[in-house]
Amino acid sequence: MSDLRELYQETILDHNKHPRNFRRLEGATHQAHGHNPLCGDRVDVYLKVSDGRIVDISFEGDGCAISTASASIMTEMLQGRSLEQAQQLFDRFHDLLIGKAEAGEELGKLEVLAGVRAFPTRVKCATLPWHTFKAALHNETAATTE
Amino acid sequence: MSSMEIMNALTAGSYDVERLRADFPILQREVNGRPLVYFDNAASAQKPRSVIEAVQQCYAHEYSNIHRGVHFLSGQLTARYEAVRERVARFLNAPSAKEIVFTRGTTESINLVAHSFVRPRLKAGDEILITGMEQHSNIVPWQLLCDETGATLRVVPVQDSGEIDLEDVRRLLNERTRFVSVVHVSNALGTINPVRQIIAEAHARGVPVLLDGAQAVPHLRVDVQELGADFYAFSGHKLYGPSGIGVLYGKMEYLQQMRPYQGGGDMIRSVSFERTEYAEPPQRFEAGTPNIAGVIGLGAAIDYVESVGLERIAAHEHDLLLYATAGMMEVPGLRIIGTARDKAGVISFVMEQAHPHDIGTILDQDGIAIRAGQHCAQPLMQRFGVPATARVSFALYNTRDEVDVLLQSLHKVVRLFG
Repeated sequence: MSDLRELYQETILDHNKHPRNFRRLEGATHQAHGHNPLCGDRVDVYLKVSDGRIVDISFEGDGCAISTASASIMTEMLQGRSLEQAQQLFDRFHDLLIGKAEAGEELGKLEVLAGVRAFPTRVKCATLPWHTFKAALHNETAATTE
Repeated sequence: MSSMEIMNALTAGSYDVERLRADFPILQREVNGRPLVYFDNAASAQKPRSVIEAVQQCYAHEYSNIHRGVHFLSGQLTARYEAVRERVARFLNAPSAKEIVFTRGTTESINLVAHSFVRPRLKAGDEILITGMEQHSNIVPWQLLCDETGATLRVVPVQDSGEIDLEDVRRLLNERTRFVSVVHVSNALGTINPVRQIIAEAHARGVPVLLDGAQAVPHLRVDVQELGADFYAFSGHKLYGPSGIGVLYGKMEYLQQMRPYQGGGDMIRSVSFERTEYAEPPQRFEAGTPNIAGVIGLGAAIDYVESVGLERIAAHEHDLLLYATAGMMEVPGLRIIGTARDKAGVISFVMEQAHPHDIGTILDQDGIAIRAGQHCAQPLMQRFGVPATARVSFALYNTRDEVDVLLQSLHKVVRLFG
């Protein structure tokens, strides 16, 4: 049960039950649809970018607890960040999930997803929202984590 | 099957599941520190020692190419390979072993029929009929044909119970229907379709029928003559045999009309640059060196299943289905998708509290292997309005004790996500 508790921490269960910024964003400047065809997880990420800064971000979707919580926490963390900071955060988060780096305080709340490392088949669940975010930023309409 | 029939089948010779379990080496192992509970049999079944040893023996002591050597090993292995063809014919009660084509699996069998039988008969405006519970392997080959020819794919709708209504079949069959392709037992829902009636309806209009039997042959006795099937496809790997080997049964009158699927060695009678004469079926459809050891392993798998007895396997699995269904209905928030009256040992379900993936991960921690996802049947998931389901599926070696482990783990999901 210890690994499971590590994976399904209270914060994750809370974000899964009550996802933040879970809405369609009117007047979005960027958006993309993410899909994991293997499991059926779907997420839409909406962005409003102004002067190289994310002034608003939201998501909608249907997925497991890990992907929903990851998307919810991502929107909280990226709110108001510069695009450069967002990229750095993504890289740090990615390194954390693939075991290249340990958790550090700059990751903030994203640290609660570190437990995913013990479940390699679930890493894609956590990264799907981020890949979708990047696709939106680069004006690609779709992302996949197949 | 009634509970009386189950009792009769189970007591007509004791079903010693522990002894059968000892035949499957992998069942001795642990996963995540817990004894493996393998409930992902509808994806692929585990292999008994006799199958593993037959494949090993083939490579270690008997191996050579077949159908073309004058030497001892080639002659011996060719005979064994062809003996498996006879074995498969008896297994399906096919009139002749010449009607048994070895393929890579159910998917290739269906593609072979689509390409070699249906395509030359199809023109714009024609129709192909399938059901809403087909796997992608019985959807996409027909879509490809429709794209090429301008034909239309028609789909028999699935009821809330996971069954199809024969009225819909009658309604959708018409003078434009050229072919019907239907799953015998649904991998995602467990539904056993009324295939004999479907075939009768189609034949009344002169339309040939293929049955996708991948999920049927491990769980019930299949008699292609009694069913009236024109084509029957299945895979070795769900029948406790190797992966990468499958079977297509086809009525000889149809196989003879069919053009080759692939060109190459073994499927020809004579070749010159001006003209090639094709071999008779089934060799016409087996170009190149086949999966020889796979065929040998398939033969061992059929021998194994027959030695246990398909009727007894079916009764045992039905008992597990009823026991597990009753237990799962006690789990708060759990909903079973697919409640057909006639059902094989498959239970697809969703839970209010947790996504199928989360269920799969939590069960995996208890050593329980289930499938979580779309079961290669995205349209069916859409039909039931779920992004995915979790699925447990039973095999001859599963036990009620294992179902108890599953139920405990499902209650753990409720506690964790409640």
